[in-house]
Amino acid sequence: MQAALQERQDSIHRTGEAPFVMECNKDSLAGAVSQRACVFCGSRVVLYPIADALHLVHGPIGCAVYTWDIRGALSSGPELHRLSFSTDMQETDVIFGGEKKLYNALVELIDRHAPKAAFVYSTCIVGIIGDDMAAVCRRVSEEKSIPVLPVQSEGFKGNKREGYKAACNAMRQLVGMGDISGISKYSLNILGDFNLAGEIWLIRDYFARMGVEVVANITGDGRVGDIQRAHGAALNVVQCSGSTMDLARMMEEDYGIPSLRVSYFGVEDMAESLYAVAAFFKDEEMMRRTRELVKEELSLIMPELMRYRQALAGKRAAIYVGGAFKAFSLVKAFRTIGMQVVMVGSQTGTPEDYAELAEITDPGTIIVDDSNPLELSSFLQEKEVDIFVGGVKERPIAYKLGVAFCDHNHERKEMLAGFAGMLNFAREVYGSVMSPVWRFVPRGEK
Amino acid sequence: MGKILPNYVSTTNACKLCKPLGASLAFRGVEGAVPFLHGSQGCATYMRRYIISHFNEPIDIASSSLGEKNAVYGGGANLKLGLKNVTEKYHPALIGIATTCLTETIGDDVKRLLFEYRREFMQDGGPLLVRVSTPSYSGTHMEGFHAAVRALVEQLTEATEANSTVNILPGFLSAADLRSLKEIVADCGLTATVLPDFSETLDGPALRDYPLIPKGGTKIGDIRAMGGAKATVEFGHTMPEQLSGGKYLEKAYGVDLHRLGMPVGIRETDRFFEVLRELSGNPIPEKYAMARGRLVDSLVDGHKYVFGKRAVVYGEEDLVIGLTSFLAEIGVQPVLCASGGTSGGFVRAIEKAVEGFAVEMPLIHEGMDFHEIGELAGELRPDFFLGYSKGYALARGLNVPLIRVGFPIHDRVGGQRLLHIGYHGAQQLFDLIANAMIAAKQDNSEVGYSYM
Repeated sequence: MQAALQERQDSIHRTGEAPFVMECNKDSLAGAVSQRACVFCGSRVVLYPIADALHLVHGPIGCAVYTWDIRGALSSGPELHRLSFSTDMQETDVIFGGEKKLYNALVELIDRHAPKAAFVYSTCIVGIIGDDMAAVCRRVSEEKSIPVLPVQSEGFKGNKREGYKAACNAMRQLVGMGDISGISKYSLNILGDFNLAGEIWLIRDYFARMGVEVVANITGDGRVGDIQRAHGAALNVVQCSGSTMDLARMMEEDYGIPSLRVSYFGVEDMAESLYAVAAFFKDEEMMRRTRELVKEELSLIMPELMRYRQALAGKRAAIYVGGAFKAFSLVKAFRTIGMQVVMVGSQTGTPEDYAELAEITDPGTIIVDDSNPLELSSFLQEKEVDIFVGGVKERPIAYKLGVAFCDHNHERKEMLAGFAGMLNFAREVYGSVMSPVWRFVPRGEK
Repeated sequence: MGKILPNYVSTTNACKLCKPLGASLAFRGVEGAVPFLHGSQGCATYMRRYIISHFNEPIDIASSSLGEKNAVYGGGANLKLGLKNVTEKYHPALIGIATTCLTETIGDDVKRLLFEYRREFMQDGGPLLVRVSTPSYSGTHMEGFHAAVRALVEQLTEATEANSTVNILPGFLSAADLRSLKEIVADCGLTATVLPDFSETLDGPALRDYPLIPKGGTKIGDIRAMGGAKATVEFGHTMPEQLSGGKYLEKAYGVDLHRLGMPVGIRETDRFFEVLRELSGNPIPEKYAMARGRLVDSLVDGHKYVFGKRAVVYGEEDLVIGLTSFLAEIGVQPVLCASGGTSGGFVRAIEKAVEGFAVEMPLIHEGMDFHEIGELAGELRPDFFLGYSKGYALARGLNVPLIRVGFPIHDRVGGQRLLHIGYHGAQQLFDLIANAMIAAKQDNSEVGYSYM
């Protein structure tokens, strides 16, 4: 049986089997059961970890309740981000407009929680009934003397990527508001790390050991005050290609701050990222310290990592993640532990992303954009995959078929970034692939 | 009475979900059916994620994936394309189409669109199309659930010869509850149509191939024949008449309706068995008489561990009513009964459930969120919380156990296997509650006895 609809054929590519073309970055096909969410989701996940801001969802209850405390994004201080605030629009609000309710809700919540800023997310319905969210935000901002930022994230206005942009637009308004005196010339902002399981603390520790000051976390363990000072940094390091690249571009435009694309997943990309930062600052001493750091960290993890490699060598992996950038690192990380990636896809990759994936993957590897359960399950079977890497929505597809699974989504509670994270990643892959339970599933009884 | 809450404008940590989620779950309980949301892509994906995290099972919910143009010019074309694609890929027997706040607000006339679709694309047959209106700006997931059940009944039933089947409209139960319910009815010598029944479609075995649509669910033929049944048993005290499938069957086909509470605890289960006895003409099977006997015996054995303990109970209205009834029966003092629902029948039903049992009348609040529950709970000095996973933070804050029941269970395995109903369900609940109280005492004791 053909698993993919005719209209989806151009979004599936096999490395080396045809000239590279990829339909991507467009609206999902109706009825295809996409794994994607919506514009609102894109904005919500990016801004979510800013822990001292109020995040108010203006709309009916669903959008707020499904995003309550769903990221493993830790805070070292306030935890306002873990609450779910909504205007819970009712029929009368839809008919007569929700501006008054929004105003009252904002005032009530700001008085109750004294946040440093407020983000107000619009949802599908708000875009339709035409509430002037920006005007309400301006008014409350004046009255309460904190930034109150509208996030134009109506769900139907494109895919998740549009949501990233809306989030970056909102943050752009914060940057530039703070005092930047006393910031070191060796300084940077971390963009696109969300402090899942405390990862950003690990990365900050690496930078501290190199002698680099981190001005703002954007957005893991994020603080409004830090983002307001972010324009004082000498450099932006950007992980997660889709989510915060727009903000980096805006900051380059507004303040001339250059950016480097980095990745903290896998030893190769992690080390390369640190070296790139050291090279940027053109400081010999810093480069020496960085080499020391990499050497030390590697020596801590290599013996155990090699044990996993021995056990896992030759196993086959499939990857389906939100952003394609993470997929690059995962392909390399699997190579580090001797495994082969046979399928890789993402919800929101760009043509450039997929071209790069086609470059770095082995012949025959399936590359796919905006896939769905039927396609994914057919790929898992066709490629006789040993482990599938994805998020909550991919997990039951793997498990139903008796395939091991590694959660690499924003809900995870395991630290997978940095050198220590590579070891955790290998442990997690090992722990799932080597479990004896696969012997009892139908697939294991062949 | 404790403190009076201000009437908050904002909602913080809602104690309810949205309507289309309930409709999706109900449609998933029909054999060969695919739930389909007419709205933007996010709705379907968010709900899938939410449901998957509880059941640990795939659930494919299709979407018409409306984009900006569709929101302006209408979603009809996407709805039709979506139905066509789902039909092609999934070969469903039925597509259950639920609207969302987006499509309700832009005013898509789904009934007309489906009429057109049938004319344009279904000349040579195709799946049944059942539609339900579920804008999330009114009501909760429970209204969505009931509305979908009612839509199935209204749109599928047809005049049928009288038969000896019993219709059971159980509302939102766990997969284990549904299995138990079917077993009870069969043991009583009755043939029943349970609608919906996702006991297999959302709790199935490991497989070699990914199922397009998992096996199981209420058979469409059985739904069609519901009008000929000898009676309908419908659980739920708070369901409004216009959402009641049982009422429809009564009015349209004259099928006797037995409205009961969710059979949680002794009295509500007794009532259910009484109805089954009437309908079957058979005495209660020995198996259940024994289960009831053992349950009562265990309540006696364990009554001291739970007597006077104070409980905060929250969640869907009908589940909370059933749980509260049971707590009252075992001597637990419910101190707060809360729900995000606003059916209007909650307060009276709770009052009735505890009458003559509970020492004090609990605080009873509908339309609550977890922020409000938290504001009240502190003063009420509860010994435990009883409800779904999202009350964990509050229970943790007060350093008391959360006993997990209902939906969703996102922080433990086995939510789909929790048994709430019948004597067996009451037994499981009692053991959970008593053991949680014993454990709390043991854990907080300096001595740490290894006997009770």
